[in-house]
Amino acid sequence: MMQNIWKNERLFNVLVPVISAVLGMLAGAIIMVLGNYDPVVGFEALFNGMFGSPKAIGETIRAASPLILSGLAVGFAFKTGLFNIGVEGQLLVGWLASVWVGYAFDLPGVLHVIVSILAAAIAGGFWGMIPGYLKAKFKVHEVIVTIMLNYVALYVTADLIKRYLYAGNEKSYRIKETASLSSSFLSEITEGSRLHWGIAVAIIAAIIMWFILEKTAMGYELKSVGYNQHASMYAGMNVSKNVVLSMTISGAFAGIAGAMEGLGTFQNMTVLSSFTGTGFDGIAVALLGANNAFGIILSSLLFGGLNTAAPQMNFDANVPSELIKIIISLIIFFVASGYIIRVIAERFSKEGK
Amino acid sequence: MSFLDVLAIIIPAALYTAAPLIYTALGGVFSERSGVVNIGLEGLMLFGAFTGVVTTLTIQDSMGAASPWIAILVAAVGAGIFSLLHAVASITLRADQTVSGVAINFLAAGLSLFLIKKMYGKGQTDFVDFRINKSDVPGLSDIPVIGDIFFSRIPYTSYLAILAAIVVWYIIYKTPFGLRLRSVGEHPMAADTMGINVTRMRYIGVVLSGVFAGIGGSIYALSISGNFTGGTISGQGFLALAAMIFGKWHPLGAMGAALFFGFAQSLSITGAQIPFLKDIPSVYLIIAPYVLTILALTGFVGRADAPKASGIPYVKGKR
Repeated sequence: MMQNIWKNERLFNVLVPVISAVLGMLAGAIIMVLGNYDPVVGFEALFNGMFGSPKAIGETIRAASPLILSGLAVGFAFKTGLFNIGVEGQLLVGWLASVWVGYAFDLPGVLHVIVSILAAAIAGGFWGMIPGYLKAKFKVHEVIVTIMLNYVALYVTADLIKRYLYAGNEKSYRIKETASLSSSFLSEITEGSRLHWGIAVAIIAAIIMWFILEKTAMGYELKSVGYNQHASMYAGMNVSKNVVLSMTISGAFAGIAGAMEGLGTFQNMTVLSSFTGTGFDGIAVALLGANNAFGIILSSLLFGGLNTAAPQMNFDANVPSELIKIIISLIIFFVASGYIIRVIAERFSKEGK
Repeated sequence: MSFLDVLAIIIPAALYTAAPLIYTALGGVFSERSGVVNIGLEGLMLFGAFTGVVTTLTIQDSMGAASPWIAILVAAVGAGIFSLLHAVASITLRADQTVSGVAINFLAAGLSLFLIKKMYGKGQTDFVDFRINKSDVPGLSDIPVIGDIFFSRIPYTSYLAILAAIVVWYIIYKTPFGLRLRSVGEHPMAADTMGINVTRMRYIGVVLSGVFAGIGGSIYALSISGNFTGGTISGQGFLALAAMIFGKWHPLGAMGAALFFGFAQSLSITGAQIPFLKDIPSVYLIIAPYVLTILALTGFVGRADAPKASGIPYVKGKR
């Protein structure tokens, strides 16, 4: 009996995202038909843009790297029952910190990369710690604080670049070669994509998240607080400490996502006037990946691929690339409304007995 | 430059930028008071801006100067319908309200640009021929001192926004409907026991938030930006959300906060004309609303508490 329920629970957790992704794609096809576009050509272009050539695969993986980290950030906080909608801001401060360390410090090769990534993690972690602390100390809802801090990060990073790191043309100085994640080897095997070592960093981060949550006492406490704060408190856990810790670790992941852009794809930072979107995509990634490290990698590849393939779809089938955004938003709706799938399935399984 | 000259620059500019925020924040009040968190205000506002501009462009040849006003009404209805998605997901399907709001923001951004490209073949619309212009109130603008500060170079939508805030305050605090709306947001089970249809009240709350955000978004597009692009609405919805919280979920408080945020925003633009503000880096003024909202929530600027049942789906019979 217990075995059965556990099995079902697991099955649901896999089924809901898969069904949602399929429904999302289906809706995309319907929209293409309604808009008088050819869905066959559209999806063919999408597929080619994602996996059709070594370069396409390279770009898909490149786009997935920051998404994995931003998904991990959202997912990690989710596990503690916290909604970190501030990944975007934490990503920006991490991006700036990595570019600053990458530009201003003189260190030997690998060490420089590691120090720059750590700087991004610390900056992002600090930016995540603020809402965690305010939640623990003042019971302020983290959603609002993180939204507000996104804007503070957006404007403050832009201002700091303009004042201290400005190289002209709305860009910061470039980082030194020693701090770069880019790799001519990876670029060559994917026939000229911008693929860089960031994907390795992202996978290591995913393993770290899995390890913390599944194999350590700290992770057990974090999840326990997420399931039931009161029970955790009666069991002698320090709820406040865990809330701060979870937001800090989450922010650190987000900060490293920023380092992917700063040290990998762009080698500098632009004076942004609006958000990158990577942090918000992380919410979709984490939801679709069921907050599971492995699931997050898979869903990042899907969303990263869709995003990089959008121009190809536009070129081949003339479909506006915003269709991808529509598909992603519908997938979020479907996953979020997974309750209804669950209810239907439970009805069926009860009647079966 | 005298102090009154400074006021004559700042106050009209603040009223001008605050109007879209006031409407949207009032929308937020309706939704949150009924117990549904609405992070989707940004997307609803964006959808309103899109509908407003497209409607104006479509009817301006036949309707002339009346077209932006008609467009605002169309945007209100359009965004109200659009907000049903959030209502269905978060009330009926019991989706996480924050997640659903995020999805609304995504969808509005994607859908509006998709349609713009489909309709006009490019990523932005043309500028509308008829805007909601800044104007002087006849008679009142001639009053010495006050006329120049409060009744000159301000679009009528700004006065209507203040009026709307008063009306919303009356509805929420002085009518049976308002009492029911608030009770559903504070203690849905008690409200249900008293015979109030919780689901219906919450649907109304969310749809009203869509209507008001649609008005706010279309006013922004038709009075400030003049056209619609992917970047027309970038953060105003969240700013309105902040105003609602800073105003402690109260219509008049939200209006005051929106005026203050509009003031802060306009200072970062008009500040360069004003002697003693020239030296303050504009970034401080730009981030002021966000920082103040956080401080308000932590209790440094007066404690702000959300409606008690806000964010929690109501399940009949569940304790």
